[in-house]
Amino acid sequence: MLMRESAEDDVLLDVRDLETHFYGEESVTRALGGVSFQVKKGETLGVVGESGCGKSVTALSILRLLPKLTARTVGGEVRFHGRDLLDLSDREMRKIRGHRIAMIFQEPMTSLNPVYTVGRQIAEAVQIHTNATHSTAMAKAEEMLRLVRIADPERRVNNYPYEMSGGMRQRAMIAMALACSPELLIADEPTTALDVTIQAQILRLIVDLKERTGTAVMFITHDLGVVAETCQRVIVMYAGRIVEQAAVTDLFARPAHPYTQGLMRSVPDPRRGRQRRLPEIPGIVPSLREPIVGCSFAPRCPFAIDICREKTPMLRDVGSSHAAACWRAEEVMGA
Amino acid sequence: MTGPLLKVENLTKHYPLGSGIFKKSIPVIRAVEDVTFSVEAGETLCIVGESGCGKSTIARLLMRLVEPTGGRVLIDGTDIAGLKKDALHAWRRRMQMVFQDPYSSLNPRLTAGQIITEPVENFERLSRKQRNALAADLLQKVGMSPEMMHRLPSELSGGQRQRLGIARALALKPSLIIADEAVSALDVSVQAQILNLLLDLQQQMGIAFVFISHDLGVVEHIAHRVAVMYLGRIVELAPSEALFAKPVHPYTEALIAAAPVPDPTRVRLEVPLEGEMPSPINPPKGCAFHPRCPLAIERCRIEVPPLVPMADGRVVACHVRAPAERQMQPTHVDLQLGH
Ligand SMILES: Nc1ncnc2c1ncn2[C@@H]1O[C@H](COP(=O)(O)OP(=O)(O)OP(=O)(O)O)[C@@H](O)[C@H]1O
Ligand SMILES: Nc1ncnc2c1ncn2[C@@H]1O[C@H](COP(=O)(O)OP(=O)(O)OP(=O)(O)O)[C@@H](O)[C@H]1O
Ligand code: SF4
Ligand code: SF4
Ligand SMILES: [Mg+2]
Ligand SMILES: [Mg+2]
Repeated sequence: MLMRESAEDDVLLDVRDLETHFYGEESVTRALGGVSFQVKKGETLGVVGESGCGKSVTALSILRLLPKLTARTVGGEVRFHGRDLLDLSDREMRKIRGHRIAMIFQEPMTSLNPVYTVGRQIAEAVQIHTNATHSTAMAKAEEMLRLVRIADPERRVNNYPYEMSGGMRQRAMIAMALACSPELLIADEPTTALDVTIQAQILRLIVDLKERTGTAVMFITHDLGVVAETCQRVIVMYAGRIVEQAAVTDLFARPAHPYTQGLMRSVPDPRRGRQRRLPEIPGIVPSLREPIVGCSFAPRCPFAIDICREKTPMLRDVGSSHAAACWRAEEVMGA
Repeated sequence: MTGPLLKVENLTKHYPLGSGIFKKSIPVIRAVEDVTFSVEAGETLCIVGESGCGKSTIARLLMRLVEPTGGRVLIDGTDIAGLKKDALHAWRRRMQMVFQDPYSSLNPRLTAGQIITEPVENFERLSRKQRNALAADLLQKVGMSPEMMHRLPSELSGGQRQRLGIARALALKPSLIIADEAVSALDVSVQAQILNLLLDLQQQMGIAFVFISHDLGVVEHIAHRVAVMYLGRIVELAPSEALFAKPVHPYTEALIAAAPVPDPTRVRLEVPLEGEMPSPINPPKGCAFHPRCPLAIERCRIEVPPLVPMADGRVVACHVRAPAERQMQPTHVDLQLGH
């Protein structure tokens, strides 16, 4: 069986065949076309993939935070401690969110309320899940801001989101998510707005939290450097599916999917010369409006052969704890 | 006419902090402090520095979205503060910005197509056909499918929204683009596409960029010159190659050492920059970096180091590594730099 060798009770989150669609006026966008993966207790799972491939939608589907009117998870299961979150009532789901599973959103302004101070918002997050008094919660908010390396936290608690820089807002949101020591932290590009020194400190904060409380982390990021440094396992998504999953060292040493390979080659490398064109993966992602026949990467794939355009490759083992959805994975790994 | 396209002189911005009742005691956030630089046509100047050090504030000052507390911004030698309505309108056509936060900078009620064509329509009428063609072309250029022109910003992924902001900035074919973390949400393959696009446009049309980014890999790739900021001030400004080959300011050095490497078998130098975060409300006296600087000497606690020009064309503000007095004795510093 694929990557399921670990004992079931190690598994905190088990996502199976998750399918999510968006309904437009005259079309359906199949954002997730059957996504399966597991997050084990205490591990950090990296999620990478091309912009628009469904990383955020995966996170929002797990937490059931999709727009109610236009989106629906039409299939699959999201088992958390063995219970399918998709079966829970809204009330039960609210108790899990922000408490046992916390999320750091990709764009801070989507989740920070512009009319309340940052301190008040963090304090509220604390109060929802503990019976802390207002002043204890505010003190905790201040402490959390200090932890995420915001200077002058005693004054900054009174800042409105617009009074903070982009990276400070992102850190305020991280503070909010960490305030309740969740069992699972879903972090969607949590360090995109941060310079490398603060990024390193925030990553260390997350690692510390993990070590102290055993929090598992699902880390969505496009930064391969961050993946290399923080994750044990990685899943690679393309056009609404998982195309590769592997231990982090295997993924970097021997990527088995042509998309992953292209991704690694696109990292700017000064040794190849400055101000030159970077290697890119030619073409764009397929439209998710029409069902895709064959391999979704075929139009851009240098390895594509006839079978790729006819039959969809399924995720299959290509090494121990290494799986890829590619007809020619073995040759790709050798290339 | 020669001279730089953009010239920034002693630019300063203080934000009042909260609403103090006693006017004169209102504390301020010193977001930008006495910043001077220039950008030539066709040049890329990158700005890097710690979160909260004032990069976006500079961008907003350049676009005249906030008024400076002091200093001037000159475009082709003209102070933008003095521009009257018509001149301002004409100038806006030449200068576009990509905002750090795509979510709040895109009108949520307009479709992607409308967002892209709106700046052009401020200057000329477009037929429906022209509008669609323009939107489709620009969406494709940023790697998105033209069918997305009918979507609202909320119906796009984070990276797609960011690319929409880039497409909008390109629509007017400006001569200067201020890009604030414009590729931060993009995976490396799409990022490569966008950077290639920007490099192509720079070569074809001579666009200049002020490119704010925390991604040193990107900066090293595209920058001609790099300005390093710390707590509102420029502490080092150097040709890109020189900066990455040999950072001189201790903060630049720490920054470059802290960059994550996409290789799980390499362990990077642990714990860059210990010490309390500096506050722009109560900046440390003297050199703002002194509480965290391994080289700090007594003088650093007292005097703000001036930017001193060095032989290889860079300027550095550091008492130890770029002492203002040339006659200062060569010290251990030279030994440290001589590797
Ligand atoms: N509300 C919506 N209506 C229609 N389509 C949507 C909606 N939200 C997202 N999508 C589409 O679903 C796909 C997956 O989006 P998602 O936000 O998960 O991408 P992502 O992998 O997080 O990308 P990024 O790295 O750019 O954030 C995208 O193609 C996007 O355009
Ligand atoms: N409208 C505002 N009102 C009050 N303070 C502000 C405002 N905008 C920015 N600031 C403050 O100015 C300082 C500089 O912010 P700025 O957004 O320029 O930083 P930045 O370098 O862009 O940081 P980041 O990398 O996190 O985006 C911060 O301390 C911030 O809190
Ligand atoms: S299945 Fe074929 S087209 Fe798809 S990634 Fe593999 S080689 Fe390329
Ligand atoms: S002036 Fe002093 S404190 Fe500042 S960077 Fe130089 S050595 Fe360090
Ligand atoms: Mg996303
Ligand atoms: Mg900013």
